[in-house]
Amino acid sequence: MMWQSVSEFLSMGGRGFYVWGSYGVTFLLIALELWLLARRRRSSLTRLRQLQQLDRS
Amino acid sequence: MKLFHFASPQTFYPLAGRLAPVFAVLAAVLCIAGLYIGFLLAPTDAQQGEVYRIIFIHVPAAWMSMFIYLVMAFWSIVGLSLGTRLSFYMCRALAPTGAIFCFIALWTGALWGRPTWGAYWVWDARLTSQLLLQFLYFGYIALTQAIEDPRRADRAGAIIALVGAVNVPVIYFSVQWWNTLHQGASVSLTKAPSMASIMLSGMLVMAIAAWCYTLAVTLKRVRSIILERERHTDWAAAEIAGAQR
Amino acid sequence: MNLFIAVLRRDLLLAWRGRSDLLVALAFFIIVASLFPFGVGAEPNQLRAIGPGVLWVAALLASLLALPRLFAQDHESGVLEQLLLSPEPAVIWVTAKIAAHWLATGLPLVIVAPLLAMMYRLEPGAVSVLCGGLLLGTPILSLIGAIGAALTLGLRGGGSLLALLVLPLFVPVLVFGAGAVDAWAGGMGVSAHLSLLGGGLLGALALAPWACVAALRLAAE
Repeated sequence: MMWQSVSEFLSMGGRGFYVWGSYGVTFLLIALELWLLARRRRSSLTRLRQLQQLDRS
Repeated sequence: MKLFHFASPQTFYPLAGRLAPVFAVLAAVLCIAGLYIGFLLAPTDAQQGEVYRIIFIHVPAAWMSMFIYLVMAFWSIVGLSLGTRLSFYMCRALAPTGAIFCFIALWTGALWGRPTWGAYWVWDARLTSQLLLQFLYFGYIALTQAIEDPRRADRAGAIIALVGAVNVPVIYFSVQWWNTLHQGASVSLTKAPSMASIMLSGMLVMAIAAWCYTLAVTLKRVRSIILERERHTDWAAAEIAGAQR
Repeated sequence: MNLFIAVLRRDLLLAWRGRSDLLVALAFFIIVASLFPFGVGAEPNQLRAIGPGVLWVAALLASLLALPRLFAQDHESGVLEQLLLSPEPAVIWVTAKIAAHWLATGLPLVIVAPLLAMMYRLEPGAVSVLCGGLLLGTPILSLIGAIGAALTLGLRGGGSLLALLVLPLFVPVLVFGAGAVDAWAGGMGVSAHLSLLGGGLLGALALAPWACVAALRLAAE
């Protein structure tokens, strides 16, 4: 373990903004993609079921 | 002929459903392992200090953005020559993930460039080619969204993906050429710090994690696409009626 | 060959009849090129430095403007479907259409370029390298642009979508075309740049018509 303290880890040699800005945005985008994917699945199924109802009637 | 068994959307749908969670778990485990290597095992770099740790996301994202585009081109060729619908579905499913990785590569590249080379955007050959790749992704997505007829949209997308793929080496070569002419002696992001092998391992682990993530997400996305496009078939209708999530 | 000549002549005749459209594209080229000094100032050395790049970008944009009409008229009138149904190999008449399109919209850019180069204080040597590059490059733009025009045929908002699809593919032409003039200005040889453009033209001639035909068949269905 090279980091002497949590604050040293967070500061990343003074460049914390860049490192955590990168990782932060990346994980945000991944989370966004996963959320959009789940939402697509839900709305897709809802619409498909509605179309099924219409087809039956 | 086992391979062609899964070329039908009907047989591929459940397979994708079983495989996606496996890849998702693999991705999560490898990501944690990769970050462990990257932040807790890899040493401080002599020239760049701690900020070089961005490469553990930047490089895998850049690799994936290019690899996904090549896979899209592959499925485009298969779809155009064999006429298999599933190939086009896979191509469409891959595009958003590829576009996101491309953006991540650009974003992290800019944040790496600022403390290291002094500017957020350095017009370096790699970043500039990455930017053009982003436009190619947007073009594919925009074209497939703009065409209403699904069959035409699939095939038009396949054509533009192929045309783009053929041009990527040309674009990359021309940007490199342009870069050497105009940048002269200034440094390039591609001249990464001479890699300690531990850094390389961290990057590779993250790259495989990204690949597993891509597979998981793409397989899930293609399941939605399959249901939407095959909804008139009996098996899909049953699936839609019965599916919980 | 007869089909090629026939389609070429027909398209050139149609272009001539609709020449006001084409003149708009040419005027666009001139206007865009004229805009930059207002933005960056008229200092001669600066203009000489940005001139080749600006003129190339203006040529790119003007080509883009003219592209939609390549297939649109024939698509609307139904002639395109007829051509696709004919037994002749489609690549022949598609190439003829693209050739006619270049003669009507690309070649005028090459001819007018020296006048605009004068606005940018380019030396005669630079002007000839610029025009040589444009002569090789504008056909490439027409060929690659034709693929985009065919893919976006009949779509709403086709023009901007066409730009998004095609501009990234134009970048190599821009790099080598403008780069040739810079190389000349720097005393280095231009043969590498122009050969690459020539090679690109041959490659585009060989491949683009096939992609066009595939895209047109999709659009016509």
